[in-house]
Parts: sequence; C-alpha cells; structure tokens
Amino acid sequence: MPDSATLEAVTIDQDEGNFSYPEDYAHDAGYGLDEGTVDYISNIKGEAEWIREFRQKALKVFFAKPMPTHWASQDLENIIFKDIRYYLSKGQAPTRSWDEVPDDVKKTFERLGIPEKERKYLAGVEAQFDSEAAYSNVKEELTKEGVIFVNSTEGLREHPEIFRKWFGKVIPTGDNKFSALNSAVFSGGSFIYVPPGVKVKHPLQAYFRINAENFGQFERTLIIVDEGAEVTYMEGCTAPKFETATLHSAVVELVAMKDAKIQYITVQNWSNNVFNLVTKRGLAHENAEIRWIDCNIGSRLTMKYPGVIMKGRKARGEVISIALANDGQHQDTGAKMIHAADETTSNIVAKSISVGTGRSTYRGQVHIPKHLKGCKNNTECDALLINASSRTDTYPAITVRGDQHATQHEASVSQVSEDQIFYMKQRGLSEGEAMSLSVNGFVNDLVREFPMEYSVELKRLIDMEMEGSVG
Amino acid sequence: MSADPRPISDPSTLPIPDPLSVTSHFLLPAGRPEMSMVLSSPEETTIRPAPSWCDAPPVNDANSTLPDWYRDLRAAAWARYLALPVPNRTNQHWRFADLKHLAIEGRAPTTPVSDLVAEELIARAVSERPADYAAHFVFANNRLVHVEAPALPAAAVCVTMAEALASHSDLLREHFLKQGDFLGGEKFAALHAAATLSGLFVHFPKEAVAEHPVIVHHFVGGEGAAIFPHSLVVAEDHASVTVVDLFESVGGNEDTLTIGMADLHAARGGRIQYVAVQDLSAKGARHVHLQHSRAGRDASVKVGFLNLGAEWVRNESINRMVENGADGQIFSANLANDWQEFDQRTLQSHEAQHTTSDLFFKNALYDRARTIFSGLIQVQPGSHHTDSYQTCRNLMGSDEAEANSMPGLEIDADQVKCSHGSTSGTISDEEIFYLRARGIPAEDARKMISLGFLNESIDRLDGDGLKEILFTRVERKFASIV
Repeated sequence: MPDSATLEAVTIDQDEGNFSYPEDYAHDAGYGLDEGTVDYISNIKGEAEWIREFRQKALKVFFAKPMPTHWASQDLENIIFKDIRYYLSKGQAPTRSWDEVPDDVKKTFERLGIPEKERKYLAGVEAQFDSEAAYSNVKEELTKEGVIFVNSTEGLREHPEIFRKWFGKVIPTGDNKFSALNSAVFSGGSFIYVPPGVKVKHPLQAYFRINAENFGQFERTLIIVDEGAEVTYMEGCTAPKFETATLHSAVVELVAMKDAKIQYITVQNWSNNVFNLVTKRGLAHENAEIRWIDCNIGSRLTMKYPGVIMKGRKARGEVISIALANDGQHQDTGAKMIHAADETTSNIVAKSISVGTGRSTYRGQVHIPKHLKGCKNNTECDALLINASSRTDTYPAITVRGDQHATQHEASVSQVSEDQIFYMKQRGLSEGEAMSLSVNGFVNDLVREFPMEYSVELKRLIDMEMEGSVG
Repeated sequence: MSADPRPISDPSTLPIPDPLSVTSHFLLPAGRPEMSMVLSSPEETTIRPAPSWCDAPPVNDANSTLPDWYRDLRAAAWARYLALPVPNRTNQHWRFADLKHLAIEGRAPTTPVSDLVAEELIARAVSERPADYAAHFVFANNRLVHVEAPALPAAAVCVTMAEALASHSDLLREHFLKQGDFLGGEKFAALHAAATLSGLFVHFPKEAVAEHPVIVHHFVGGEGAAIFPHSLVVAEDHASVTVVDLFESVGGNEDTLTIGMADLHAARGGRIQYVAVQDLSAKGARHVHLQHSRAGRDASVKVGFLNLGAEWVRNESINRMVENGADGQIFSANLANDWQEFDQRTLQSHEAQHTTSDLFFKNALYDRARTIFSGLIQVQPGSHHTDSYQTCRNLMGSDEAEANSMPGLEIDADQVKCSHGSTSGTISDEEIFYLRARGIPAEDARKMISLGFLNESIDRLDGDGLKEILFTRVERKFASIV
C-alpha cells in the first residue's frame, strides 16, 4: 500500500497525464479490479475485440481460481487485490523526490556505480529513463534483418498474423491464478519475432526499450524465433528497482521453431515489499534449444519456475538459477521440464543462498511420459546457509515413465566451511571478506553464464548482501 | 500369497489420465510445478461419492472388559474418523497418488479363519521364518493362532495388544498412539485406532537385549476382510530389539484391506530394528502401513520396508530424532509389476543436535507398475550439526512403468550436512555386455543386476537370517515376473 505522499503524487500526475484520454476513464482505472478496469485498459490501448474478450475471460478465470496456498507460501494471503492499481499509463507512474528514497537504496546505487541519471529512474524519482537514442539505434539495425521488437500492444495490433497464433498458447490463461490475472490486465513487455536463419548478434535488452516506456507490473512477453534463428534476451538489471506497487505478475512465452535457439536472461532485484509472481515457459520444437538464466535477488516473495516443453525430437531445455534470500525475503524458484518427444534433454542447475532470516526454496518438476525414447534430465540444486536463522527447502518432483530414459537429481545443503574462513582470515582477510569470497565461489560457475557487465555487478551485489551477515 | 503372473488388462485399474500427458499440453494447464496438478486435475471435475470405508467401528472384542482410557480413546478415534475428509487432489500428501484406491467400501470386522485354515497358515509361517528367532507370533484375521517364545530376555514384555490391555494397561497407555502427526494418512490412522487391533506390545526394559528377531505373521483372508495390526515397540535405556511384521494373504485375488501401524520408541542408547515385509496377494489386496519412530539420546532406530505384493500400498514413515546424538535409518526395497501402485511417504525429522539419519529406497518397476516416493528431511530450528541423507533409485524395467520421486529438504538450522539424490534409469547395455562376455546369458544377467539392485537396500539391515528370508522372497517374486 503506497504511503499518502506517494498517493498524492500519483493523483497529481494523473491529472497531468490524462490529456489524451477522457477523464472518467482515469477514475475508473484507480484501485481494484473488475470488468470495468479490464475494459478501461482495452479501450486505452485501442485493442481488437478478440483481445478484449480474451481479457474478460481471463478475469473470470482469475476470480474463479483459489489461491494456491495449499502448497505455496501463506504469505500470498497478504496480497490485497483491491488495493492494487492495475494500470498506470504513461506519466501516471508514482513519483517521489530524491529525498524520499531510502538511504540503503541510495547506498546501493553508489556502490554499484549506477550513473546519476539511471539512479533517479531506478529509484522511481523520474518516471522515465531517457534511453530513447540507444533504443532507436538498436531498432534500426534489427528492422533491416526483419526482426520485430515491439511492446505487447503494438505487437498484437500491428502484427496479429505473427503473434496471435502463439499468444496465450504456451501459457494458457487458466494455467494458474496469476497467469489469469496477467492475461486480464497485461500491458507492456516485449513481443519479438526473429525470422528464419537470422542470428541476432547482440542481446536484446528489455532495459533499453521498456525504460523508454513505463515498466509494467503486468508485462507480457512473447518471443518467437523462427527456424534456425537465434536470439538472446535480457530483462531486469542488478540495481534494486524501488517500487511502491506491491504486486508484479508477468507472463513470458517463448517459442523456438525447428533448430532455433533462445536464451532468456533475467536479473530480478525488486525492492523488498514486492510480490513477484511470474509464469515463464518456452516451447521448443525439433532440435531447438531454450535456456533460461534466472537470477533472483530482490522482492519479498518471488514465485517463478521457468519451464521448457520439449515438443520436437532432440529439443533441449535448460534452467540456470541463482537465488539470494536475505532478511524477510522468500525466493521460491525452480524449474519445470516437460519432455514430450524422443531424445529430448534437459538440465537444471539451481543454487541458492540464504542469509539472515531469508528463505530460499527450490521447487521443480520433471516429467517424462511413456512411449518416448532416450530422454535425459539432470538436476542439481545446491543451497548455502549463511546464518543459524537462515532457511532452505527443496521440493522436486520427478515422473519417469518407461525404461529408455535417464534422470538424475541431486541436492545438497551446506555451510561455508569454517576451515575456509579460517584459512582466508589467516591470510589477512576480514571475516566478511572471506565470507563474500566463499559465497562468490559458490555461485561463480553460474555467474559466468551471465553477460560480463551483469556478472561484475552481481559479484558486487553479493558482496553487499553478505555484509553484516557474519560476526 | 500367490505368485501367479496376472494378466495385464483389467480396465478398472487403468490409471487416471495425467494432466501433463503429451496430447493435453495446450488443453489443460501445465502450469507452475504443482499448481497445475492441483487446479486442473480430471479428478477434481469427476464427482465421486465419498466412500464409506466402514459403517460402524470395526470391533469384535468385548467392550466391557477393556480399560476405560482405551474405550474413550477408541470412541474419540471413531469420531475423528467420521469427521476427517477422504484425501483429495488438493492434499499435497497425496500428490501423484491414484485416488481411486481410496474408494474402499463396507469393511466390517473380519470373521476368524477356520481351525483347518489356521493350521495351514501356521505351517506356512513356520516354514518361512528365519532359523533363529526370539519369538514367533502368528495372527490370522486379527486372531492369534500361534505363539512361540524361545529366546526372549526374562524381563521383556512381548504380548498381544489384547493381552497388554488386560495385563499391562498402564505401561501400554504410556506409549500407545502418542504420536499424532501423519503424512496424509490421518483418516486411516483414526480408523485404525477405532478398531480391534491385532499385533504386539513389545517392551524391553533397561539393558534387555534380544539377539534374534521377534517374528510376527499377519494373515488376512476373505472377500472384504479388514485387519488392523499394530506393533508398539519400546526399548528402554540401552535395550535392543528387532521386530519383523510379515503381511500375507490367506488366498489370492480377494479384496482385502490392511491398516497397520508401527510405533517405535527408543530411549537413551536404545536400539530398535523394525522390518515390515508386505507380500500380500498382488490382486485385490490393499495395504496401508503407518509407522512412527522416536529416537532419544544416542538411540538408534532402523526401519526396513519390503513391498512385493498388494495391488495398492501406502507406506508412511515418520522418524524423529528427538534428542542429541539420535540416529534414524530407513531402507526400502520394492518390486512392483502388473498394475501395482506403491506409494511411500517419509519424513526424517531432526529435532536435536548432532543427530544423523539415512534413507535409502530402491524401486524396481515392471509392466504398468507405479511407484511414488515422497521424502522430506526436516531440520528443525536449533538442530545444529545434523547429518542427513536421502536416496531414491528407480530401476525401470518396462516402457509403461512410472516412477514418481519427490525428494524434499527443509533446513532451518546451522552447520548442517544434508543431501538427497534421486535417479531413474534402466540397466545399461554395457552392464549386460560385461556379464555376457563372462558367459552369462542376457536374461540371467538382467535378473542378476535387478536382484542385486534391490538387495543392496535389504543388505543394510542387521541379521543374516532375517536378510536371507527377505532375499528369498524377492527372488521368488522375480521368478514369477522376469
């Protein structure tokens, strides 16, 4: 629930930002969720009738589905749906002055070496971060190759022939309560199409484009990579994203056609009041490869289990996951691998670190149905506990049918060994430095999977999170 | 028990379609792990009348002779049984379970077997016990038909539940059904507590030691028969005892229900080994077995499960290490074929410092068999220096067998060493080649490897004579399927 100062700021901004829409709509979209809210979003976006129907149907599903608290954290009960704003159009983002930004967030920016201009955006002081120039350069180059890189509204409006076919197909509306919510109120996110044979050289960064708009709470991403094409997509950034909106619920669908490759990199660092409930799944056709590289550092509760459905022969799926749970945080992450064709292989490597009273959970599912041949899965989850009050859980579920497959699952829980710390202290490092080094060593092989600038920031971030955790 | 191979074509035992089957990916939500299984299972949309397992308390003893505390406990259990819901899809303790097995109806107190049949059963039981034993009890349909006690320590109590209620009421009361937590089997536990119990109360006082095991046979027979065997084993300080329950059918193909419980209490330095051998008729028999253990300071509890028979098996095993230095070991060997479903749920609960535990489960699956393993290691706050392991291995012997594994960890303490591993696979061509190169035919090689695979778990138990009878049974079943 935003504080009163923020509310005031929001109200003032609304008046300024409403110039392009009839005023009554603005009031309708306020707090809470009903059919009117959904219509309002659909009207503003000028959407086709089928999308409006899709949204309205999703809303019914959302209301009908119970909270999954019989297996998930009871903390979900603390989401007050009626106190949430479901749509903020351009210029309506909550703003606050630099003075209101908490000191620890400022300090983090300082330590990470975030540029001044970006800091203000990240702290929510400025609604927009001016990266238009960078973005249009990227866009121009991509257009030449026939790559479409737009937001969800534009994608569905301008290229329905490409996107409609797969929209809501990898993750159906009724998949779970929060995918239904997203389907009802989605806005923002990226819709990408890569034509056959095109190998996009540079990673596409959501950072460039989404920052130029208003980063959505309910973003919807759909990436279709045609035969033999390749793309790497990155979202989020290592810097903490200070937010007053308490619920983020994205849906990300990936479609890799024959021989295509998709790599999707996420670094999530929402502030500690955010519920981050995300559904991510990819569909890999014959000989295609989908890799999810997922790093969760922020938020109050994250529930995210990227999945790959290996639908074509020899398709490959991979999830690499790093989670860091500090005081008051619960990182409930994992992976889901559905083998639906012969000779499909999947790999899951998850590492989590629990600091202070933080809790990290690995939840996974591997499914190999019968009458398939030569499917393989490898799962490794390692958890590191830093303090006596830290907690970690592992809940995998593996179903194998038939005698022509191989799966293996291993998990371990450990501490930073006292011997290691002693060794480093002897050589003049402080206990904190020694601890940071050990933890960085623990995740090092996974951090290397991230692009360089991310991994450098990740390391610094881990150093910071480890501070004060020992002694 | 019958070793006849059964035809693999009974439509009534067809597994419920899985929401994640290939064809339904886009029709049915295949959502986050667990969520989809729960919210969109076909089970939920099928309205099934709630089965009434028993219409009246399944008792056939004279209520008037029972101690008051026990009568009250039984009445309360019956009320609890009536109030508890039949497990459904949203119950995480029943994830992956085929709930049609819970459609059990109209069970009544079992009629005793005739003397003639009893003689045959005793002969069977005697021929299949280990050469050395401390005591041997045979129950047929809840009735004690045979007792021998050649090597019990003098101070030890080893009596039937009925006798214990009469002669050791206070001692029994101190330990009887004290552990209230279950892993989904609450309703079965309540029905068990409300029923006439067979089985033993075994109490070993301080430093009493039995070299050889106490062997207890439980036979069940007759269409619709239900038995409620109970084993309450208490080892006081530094006492040591092994109890083996064997569950078998009187004949084949009868629709029977066993709801058994085993409760193990090991005090300071005490040692208990408990083994449940389930070799019921592979067609018609349903078997529920709920086991608890509590290990005190430096105590050790070792539990073994061998599942060969029964159409459906539900094992729950809760092992608590409650005082410093306690150790718990849980082993299981399961050989499933035909349409058998073996559903095993375990909890290793570490509640004190420097406690250790090890779980080692092996499943060999043939035909359309299904196994479910759900294990959890829980390290409670403050239980520092815990050392805990959990392993589940599945050997897939057919293209239609299904193994589900859910190895779980919940760690809430410091200086903990914990790991789990789960694998599913088949015998590799290299292994077969190796043995063939040494003159062993491929079929024999396959059998040897599978036997060795299961025996690895049995071999962790104590007592050569005991292990021998387990190996023999595994081999006998193997002969009927491979």
